[in-house]
Amino acid sequence: MGAVNTTSLPAGNTRNLHRFANPGQFLRLSGKILPPIAAISIILASVGLIWGLFFAPSDWQQHDAVRIMYVHVPAAWLASFGYFSLALASASSLIWRHPLADLAAVEIAPVGAAFTAICLVTGSLWGKPMWGAWWVWDARMTSVLVLFFLYLGHIALVRAFDDPQRGYRAGAILALVGVVNLPIIKFSVEWWNTLHQPASITLTGAPTMAPSMLWPLALAALGGSFGFSALVLARLRAAVMERRIRALTLAQIRTGA
Amino acid sequence: MKRKHQRMLLVGGCVLGLSVATILVFQAFRSTGELFVIPSKIAAVAPKNGRAFRLGGMVEQGSLQRLQDGTHPTVSFRVSDGIASETVTYVGILPDLFREGQGVVALGKLASDGSFVAQEVLAKHDENYMPPDMADELKKTGWNPNKGSPPAAALWNAPKVSG
Repeated sequence: MGAVNTTSLPAGNTRNLHRFANPGQFLRLSGKILPPIAAISIILASVGLIWGLFFAPSDWQQHDAVRIMYVHVPAAWLASFGYFSLALASASSLIWRHPLADLAAVEIAPVGAAFTAICLVTGSLWGKPMWGAWWVWDARMTSVLVLFFLYLGHIALVRAFDDPQRGYRAGAILALVGVVNLPIIKFSVEWWNTLHQPASITLTGAPTMAPSMLWPLALAALGGSFGFSALVLARLRAAVMERRIRALTLAQIRTGA
Repeated sequence: MKRKHQRMLLVGGCVLGLSVATILVFQAFRSTGELFVIPSKIAAVAPKNGRAFRLGGMVEQGSLQRLQDGTHPTVSFRVSDGIASETVTYVGILPDLFREGQGVVALGKLASDGSFVAQEVLAKHDENYMPPDMADELKKTGWNPNKGSPPAAALWNAPKVSG
């Protein structure tokens, strides 16, 4: 398996799939798009959060406690979305041996774990005043906790080997196995009875939320998504440059000695 | 077949196989994923010999009675799933969201008279979010929060359009 490398691929394929995998090309392109992505994220998230936390109406039965939603829901969406992107990076690493995919997976996992932690903590803070409990072992909460442990497992596993390539391989397999948890999280509130309510915003139906609450939530979620991408891009750039510095230093030592 | 395609089939096959296995496992252990037992399933599902379990359903309209047991606030209400209902007694402070027509999940045991003695009562809330003035509008058009969830959000503006 390990014998296959990018140079053995036909020229056509190299141009299509590996164009963005060239680390130099990646650094140039990401250097250009990172500042606007970060700026858009800060603007959208600030507008969405300030709107949601201070200006949007309260809820008729939950009153001001409903405002935790503007942090909790974007964090929950991005926790799942982040894991999906981790799985995509892992699949491209295993199937196409995409040189950047391994590094991307390593850098996505801590960001995803942080968003999952925010989701769990804000959910708990919301649950106590509304439901009357910090935590209940219902299907939704348990499956999101499993997602958090999958992220932590990936973070630990990719660093557990002396040979980084073996760590990447093991991490990619773990990430793909964990993908079965994503539909479980999504449909947990429909397949089982839970304390957590079903989704208010679905692809198929109209949202069960007043537009005056939906708009700030959408902005906060969009800002969060750009923020997630900006964090991953910045970490990935740092990882690529670190690799480069290490290679240059090694070359210098070799020629200098 | 290129090795790339072999790997694609291998990864795809593994994910597919794992998904099928997971679905089968969850099908087999379906009931263990449930957080609570609904009143009409108590006889079939609830644990016997006085073990604690969670009972869930909606607080029946007009069933809530506030009693006083010495110095302790005590309540009694019926939890219904639309088919059967179960009397619940609870000593303690109820969550803010608790009211008739609200979903609740109570942890407790069956007493010898068949009623449910709760040691913890949690309130559920539904997936509808709306400002207080919109709730007031809906109440004017005949919605009673003690009877159940508000009408679908898509219909919230309907009275204004027709009126």
